[in-house]
Amino acid sequence: MIGRTFPRGGGEIPHRKEATENKSIVVFGAPPEVVIPLKQHIGACCEPAVAVGDHVKMGQPIGEARQFVCTPVHASVSGEVIAVEERPLPDGGKSPAVVIKNDGNDQLYKEYKPRDYEEMSPEEIRRAVKEAGIVGMGGAGFPTHIKLDPPTVIDTVLINGAECEPYLTCDHRLMLERAPEMVEGLLAMIKASGAETGIICIEANKLDAVEVVRQAISGHDNLSVEVLQVRYPQGAEKQLIKAVLNREVPSGCLPCETCCIVQNVHTAIAVSEALKGKPSFERVVTVSGGAVLDPRNVLVRIGTPIEDLFNFCGGLIGEPAAIVAGGPMTGPPVAELGGPVIKCSSGFLALRENEVGFDQNRPCLRCSRCVEVCPMGLTPNLLGELSSKGYYRKAEQLGLLDCIECGLCSYTCPSKRSLVTWIKDGKAGLAKEKAS
Amino acid sequence: MEELKLIVTPSPHIRDDDSTQSIMFNVLVALLPVFAAAVYFYRLDALRLVILSAGAAVATEVTFQRVRQKPLTIWDGSALVTGVLLGLIVPPSLPSWMMVLGSVFAIAIGKQVFGGLGYNPFNPALVGRAFLTASFALAMTVWHSPFDAVSSATPLALGAARSNIPDLFFGSVAGSIGETSALAILLGGIYLFYKGTLDYRIPLGIFAAVVAVSILTGQDPVFHLLSGSLLFGAIFMATDLVTSPVTNWGRWIFGAGIGFIIMLIRIWGSYPEGVTFAILLMNAATPLLNRWTRPRIYGQGVKANE
Repeated sequence: MIGRTFPRGGGEIPHRKEATENKSIVVFGAPPEVVIPLKQHIGACCEPAVAVGDHVKMGQPIGEARQFVCTPVHASVSGEVIAVEERPLPDGGKSPAVVIKNDGNDQLYKEYKPRDYEEMSPEEIRRAVKEAGIVGMGGAGFPTHIKLDPPTVIDTVLINGAECEPYLTCDHRLMLERAPEMVEGLLAMIKASGAETGIICIEANKLDAVEVVRQAISGHDNLSVEVLQVRYPQGAEKQLIKAVLNREVPSGCLPCETCCIVQNVHTAIAVSEALKGKPSFERVVTVSGGAVLDPRNVLVRIGTPIEDLFNFCGGLIGEPAAIVAGGPMTGPPVAELGGPVIKCSSGFLALRENEVGFDQNRPCLRCSRCVEVCPMGLTPNLLGELSSKGYYRKAEQLGLLDCIECGLCSYTCPSKRSLVTWIKDGKAGLAKEKAS
Repeated sequence: MEELKLIVTPSPHIRDDDSTQSIMFNVLVALLPVFAAAVYFYRLDALRLVILSAGAAVATEVTFQRVRQKPLTIWDGSALVTGVLLGLIVPPSLPSWMMVLGSVFAIAIGKQVFGGLGYNPFNPALVGRAFLTASFALAMTVWHSPFDAVSSATPLALGAARSNIPDLFFGSVAGSIGETSALAILLGGIYLFYKGTLDYRIPLGIFAAVVAVSILTGQDPVFHLLSGSLLFGAIFMATDLVTSPVTNWGRWIFGAGIGFIIMLIRIWGSYPEGVTFAILLMNAATPLLNRWTRPRIYGQGVKANE
């Protein structure tokens, strides 16, 4: 086995990346209508900055960030605002959204102007990132400008190119096709956060990307590439930091407490685009799964309906058993194909029945597989049992809040118990209990 | 696009192939060499006992679940495994009715009264054997050599000086039908380990403790490892998932505790063999071991940067 990894737990899961890993990114263009939610990130919802009937241009801010943990959203096409109303999100939630009828002109709001990050101050870089509305594009959706201004001293910026979720290949393709932009974004983030070094972390099943990225960083002595063992959840922030820097994020703390920040590959590319004034209004999404006729990685406008995206990939064949937003280990199920692609959508999967597995909740055999694979050193069998029965405080003592919800316990359970679901419910139950 | 019927369940959406059923199936496959050796050495008696025990175990589980109006779970294979295990750890001359009674007791009292699979604190097959040993002490200690019906003492009763190590290894000695051939048991163990169903810590803990106590008391460690129920117990009984600890350190302690108690009973106890009681005693300690040996949680006890 090549590469570093985290010391405890983890496991091998199927990759299922063959369908898209060798296909170049294709451009979707723009759909006739986009639905742009005003909340695509962790934090407060944006205030709408446009009204029905307004004409907007591509890249124009349509949602303003008035709160601290918030970031603006932008029009991804030019055209007329036809509605500002509540719309479904891909994860089943709802958010106020701006619906724009595309006029097909892709008229730019502001021309892009190349800028050299070396001539910008850290504040200027952070402002550019904030104005571009960049959030963590690996799936978490935390506003990037806040992460670049942490309360602690930062020495290292890690680029997370592990992409340990099955099916997903968008980060892999981006590293192959747009490594120089990623490196520029990384250098800008190093400057913005006051760090010294940057490390690009890539799982060993993407050695072609390792080669390309190594070439892209040549000439930058403060950058390096770290090859990681293929092991789930290698891309989880805490496991990545442990594997690469051998630092452990204290329980209940943010990763910046270990003097580093972790950013996704796509986020770094978005930062490099932000420097020239291009806001975050499009992204690369992996469309895959056995029920997709032509799986591929697609550069798509934010707000594109999921249904249009699947149709662009040849449509769905057969009966998909489940549609997932993101990877199959942690991604939420999609109940409605009308929901849009948002900034943190890394993939959309249409899975056939033979690809998916379900909870059966047979009795626990105490086989300990969940304990062995838990990357956080928890006892998921016990936490799940306590949470499902409402003993939240007891579960908290056993580390309920330390669970990173990677889903490996449920994946590995031979009795197919809903371990991670119970634990998530337990966290919510505990929060409710504490609030009352 | 026409209406899709999507299954909306929380993540993860993919699952490992292993199931309760496949684990139990693996155990049954691993028992094949042991069963073959039993039939080779004890012929019809082995067939009679294993089939009766397995049949009675499954029938008892069905009866219990029917009466309690619970879903039928015999297809998970766990009752079959218990039945086969119990059938392999009795003397070849055990009367049929006793075999059936022991098997019924193992499933009824050892497993179902606690709520069925996953809830029983003690290894059901060993509960059955303990019940038979306590109720029919004579029938459970009548041994005879393989191939003939002449009664003979077991190697443990004879002692190391009068036993032959190759015989112990291949199994042509007096003993319970499935426990005499170390070779067959090890084959099964290697298969289970390869399939990922067997945790090596428990058997190794047992072996380590047995060897240590043997050496300290001046006995032959190889003789102690190969005689009696030790190997079968270490590989097929102590490693029962439900009744052994879930943590790595818990498993080492669990195994070492079993080995230590076995040697206590063998050397100073009034029974020649102590594997059954050693495992049952450590089964009782399992919840405690789980609590004492919880792994360290990532990030706990780590100081935040100032």
